[in-house]
Amino acid sequence: MATTTSVRSAVTSGFEQVAREQKKTLAPLSDGLVLLDSGLDSLCLAIIVARLEDSLGVDPFSAGSDVAFPVTLGDFIKLYEDAAH
Amino acid sequence: MPHTDRASLWSAAGAAGRLSERALLGAEASVTLNELVRGSSLGGRLEELRGRSVLVATRDQLTAALALIELDAVASRLVLCPPDLPVTHLPWVMATAGVDALVSDRAAPGPGTPGVRTFVTCTPRIAPVGPERNGERPTEWILLTSGTTGQPKMVVHTLSSLAGAISGGGTPANAAVWSTFYDIRRYGGLQIFLRALLGGGSMVLSSAEESTADFLIRAGARGVTHISGTPSHWRRALMSPFAHRIAPRYVRLSGEIADQAILDHLRAFFPKAGVAHAFASTEAGVAFDVGDGFAGFPAGLIGQQNADVEMKVEDGSLRIRSARTATRYLGDEDGPLVDRDGFVDTGDMVERRADRYHFVGRRGGIINVGGSKVHPEEVEAVINGHPHVRMSLVRTRKNPITGALVVADVVLTEELEAANGRVAELEHEIMQRCRETLSRHKVPAAIRFVSALAVTPSGKLVRHDA
Repeated sequence: MATTTSVRSAVTSGFEQVAREQKKTLAPLSDGLVLLDSGLDSLCLAIIVARLEDSLGVDPFSAGSDVAFPVTLGDFIKLYEDAAH
Repeated sequence: MPHTDRASLWSAAGAAGRLSERALLGAEASVTLNELVRGSSLGGRLEELRGRSVLVATRDQLTAALALIELDAVASRLVLCPPDLPVTHLPWVMATAGVDALVSDRAAPGPGTPGVRTFVTCTPRIAPVGPERNGERPTEWILLTSGTTGQPKMVVHTLSSLAGAISGGGTPANAAVWSTFYDIRRYGGLQIFLRALLGGGSMVLSSAEESTADFLIRAGARGVTHISGTPSHWRRALMSPFAHRIAPRYVRLSGEIADQAILDHLRAFFPKAGVAHAFASTEAGVAFDVGDGFAGFPAGLIGQQNADVEMKVEDGSLRIRSARTATRYLGDEDGPLVDRDGFVDTGDMVERRADRYHFVGRRGGIINVGGSKVHPEEVEAVINGHPHVRMSLVRTRKNPITGALVVADVVLTEELEAANGRVAELEHEIMQRCRETLSRHKVPAAIRFVSALAVTPSGKLVRHDA
């Protein structure tokens, strides 16, 4: 099982790596950052979600429809923390 | 009932009434339909376009909308240039459609349009014109859709085939304000535009230059009641803090497979809205809407006799016959659009589970990344160009944000063991090659090195449809 710290760092490094690959300017990462203001588009977020599924072994988006779509980076990290534990 | 007797888009829009209360609302400007009664967006040059084959290539959707309203039943052909058409395809498009006039909101013809006889500027500043516009010529509407070789296919419609699914005749009491995340020069967006015009509503047009947040704020401020998009558009909207700014009565999904999760999310987020997913394609037209909240569609829709839309499943794919299907392709390379019996093969593979059919993917593995099609062969060709690649298989991977992503299995020329030390380097080189030559959505999100790929007895790569 992934620890809280490792989930957080997997998510943030995923954001940074995909931003680099896709030549996007990433906004400073904080829990309050609105995902759609992060500088990443849907394709970037899709790639991040796919890679997190590979590294953490979970896809919280597909886990159930009672999960609300995340709005901020904090929501996004929490989604993965909850799914990984 | 579907109307088949619409003389022109303008007369049908006018017949729906209340012109002074209805508007086309763009990101930068707006026009009420009333202004068009004795005004023109074409600077009084409409007559020059009579009987011509006109390419409508505007930057903005509002100017495109105005040109379409004015030119239907006047031009012989309207070629709707989507905003992302590569300039390199323009000469072929223009030659194939016999384009002899260009309508644009730019100051001068753009690159790729040499030798066009007539160039007319279209603007949202409506200028007064003399006599009332008239037109009775049936206009061919040409929509562009992506083809297998990257060259677009040109699909021929008429106003009646495009409007076949629209019942029209809204009542003032529930005047609709339509909107869509789509561009109206795509089939899905054009459907919404026509619904607004023919049904007596207004329309909020999206803009490529506007963020999701700004669009939602603007749509909310305009009181949007009916709004459509692909499942990917909607997932993105639901991730916006401004999603609650809109309070639609009707939410529509099309263009991609609507899974149960996105339907449930939308129902929970917009509890007062009817949520419907539609099946339509540029070639087949609108086939059906499903409003029961469940993914897939009732099996009873297949095989109905004498229905407006007849559907059957053959070799696993959905086939459709109706008055809403396109007439033909322009250009001879693409072959007939319908089979001997008049059915369009949609290429969408379906599977029956209990009393419903579900969409499982595209035949030939065409991958739909957030509404954009990817032909695996095109990506494989780029990967296979790397000197150390023997062969590759590009396939789809399900994704909760864009519906699907592209991933690649790659066989190297050397033994995998021998290349082991270089795997990260090779992966980087292959990715780099893809990024340099392919659109972003076509670049594999992941590469997996494998020792072999399955090949059929006839020597073809084994491709799985779903």
